[in-house]
Amino acid sequence: MAEKVFTRNFDRPDSHTLAVYRETGGYTALTKAFAMEPAAITEEVKKSNLRGLGGAAFPTGTKWSFIPKGSTDPKYLVINADEGEPGTFKDRYLLERDPHALIEGMIIAARAIDSHRGFVYIRGEYVQPWRVFSGAVQEAYEAGLLGRNIQGSGFDFDIVIHRGAGAYICGEETGLLSSLEGKKGWPKIKPPFPAVKGAFGHPTIVNNVETIAAVPHIINRGAAWFAGLGTKTQGGTRLYSVSGHVVKPGVVEAPVSVTLRSLIYEHCDGIRDGRRLKAVVPGGGSAPILTADEIDVTMDADGLKAAGSMIGSAGVIVMDETVSIPEALMVLARFYAHESCGQCTPCRESTGWIYKMSERIVEGRGRKEDLDTIVDVSKRGAGTTICAFYDGAVGPYVSYIEKFRQEFEALIPRDA
Amino acid sequence: MPDPTRPKFTADQLAEVRRLQGLYPDTRGALLPVLRLAQETFGYISLEVEEYVAGLFELSASHVHEVVTFYTLFFQRPPGRHVVAVCHNLSCHLMGAKSIVEHLTRRLGVEVGETSADGRVTLLTVECLCACEQAPMMQVDDRYEGLLTAEKVDRILEGLR
Repeated sequence: MAEKVFTRNFDRPDSHTLAVYRETGGYTALTKAFAMEPAAITEEVKKSNLRGLGGAAFPTGTKWSFIPKGSTDPKYLVINADEGEPGTFKDRYLLERDPHALIEGMIIAARAIDSHRGFVYIRGEYVQPWRVFSGAVQEAYEAGLLGRNIQGSGFDFDIVIHRGAGAYICGEETGLLSSLEGKKGWPKIKPPFPAVKGAFGHPTIVNNVETIAAVPHIINRGAAWFAGLGTKTQGGTRLYSVSGHVVKPGVVEAPVSVTLRSLIYEHCDGIRDGRRLKAVVPGGGSAPILTADEIDVTMDADGLKAAGSMIGSAGVIVMDETVSIPEALMVLARFYAHESCGQCTPCRESTGWIYKMSERIVEGRGRKEDLDTIVDVSKRGAGTTICAFYDGAVGPYVSYIEKFRQEFEALIPRDA
Repeated sequence: MPDPTRPKFTADQLAEVRRLQGLYPDTRGALLPVLRLAQETFGYISLEVEEYVAGLFELSASHVHEVVTFYTLFFQRPPGRHVVAVCHNLSCHLMGAKSIVEHLTRRLGVEVGETSADGRVTLLTVECLCACEQAPMMQVDDRYEGLLTAEKVDRILEGLR
């Protein structure tokens, strides 16, 4: 059995409380971090090969190092708890079952980037996670772990919890910042990157919940230990959210070198009702689909990239042989059409039209040219928009059609 | 409930507005939390509420309207006493969300987006609520309900007054 890092306390009663967190070494990394130079913290995180676990898999320590050196501007640490990628639910578990890992990680990260105010952007629908996390923040304040002069270190840090109001695009880091600033969640053109000009125009680091929850473990047990859990280019274990037609859906913690086959057949006990696997989405709705014979792939960022897909948020959606792939694509196309923020023309127009086309194909009203049109429009639009949303939509549009083309063609009337 | 066509916060609520505004480097950051407070107070975000909130921020009413209409959790019309929001994204779709939605439309006698005649329940479909391990699932007001079957949905509906 592989080592449990993120989930080690998940099954303990009251794992969300400060007392239980402390029983397993909670807040000892903070003491250690206060004795370190800020640059040494960033260096340690760099060496751990921790990569962003929200979607983009960008090296975390490197991101922190983009904060302008010697800047006297206020700097902000923003936590992306706007979990929304279809098939992903691991941050909800962390917020409810180990909120102090996030709080401790935030204080350490804040020291590394010289920030004294952190915002945690929690999606509006997450009421229970918000309640539990708010309680943990309150406890941390009462214990002198937040606020002024934390543990006599001279370091001040406050956490503001900001609740979203329902919009997938606010999980995109600059869309999130727009929303935090009291605007609709329109992504911003980069550069400037948030590390230089982020929240309210100030240097800002935006990190995912799970990414920051890893930080106390790295500080406590060392970069080499964390790096050693993973592959050459990505350290650690991570949380895989597995759903769909497996016997045991749920959050699985495994080293990033785990194979997709092992996740499905060993960790989740295989396909329900003895059926056969048809396809898997390995990294949340926006990841290109893999067929049943493409699952001997490692579930790290580079492994999936090499397989033509992406790890994204590590939301694994498993489809058995009963699934209609054209219907699955229509469901995702509806999602992208609904969630496109409307700012960039290629995305706004294509997501709407592709949803209509995917729907008419499923309803038996498709036209011969529809499949080529969807693939063509997708490929032309990719890379032409302000944020990665449309590229994320193109992943399923193209891969579902290219890998299951016959199934789509069978739905299109011969005389169409 | 205070009149959403003539909105006015109490002195305590106005103090809360100022506290929220003080949490951000620019008071405008508190717009979403204050709109949430307004919706909890007045039941929904009417045009009058938008104008009132705009005044608290020295923002234009059109800016506030733009924000309100962008997010799914702000209601521009009064919802029913309960809001039932069924996830119809991929994992829930694979596990039978469609039949759950159909069951609800029959039981409540409404189409998606409508409120039952007795004002009890507004039925919505929504995108991924990120509880896919419990698919098919839905949100009932503040809580998540998962592993839904027609029978379980009926029991949940019975509990809504």
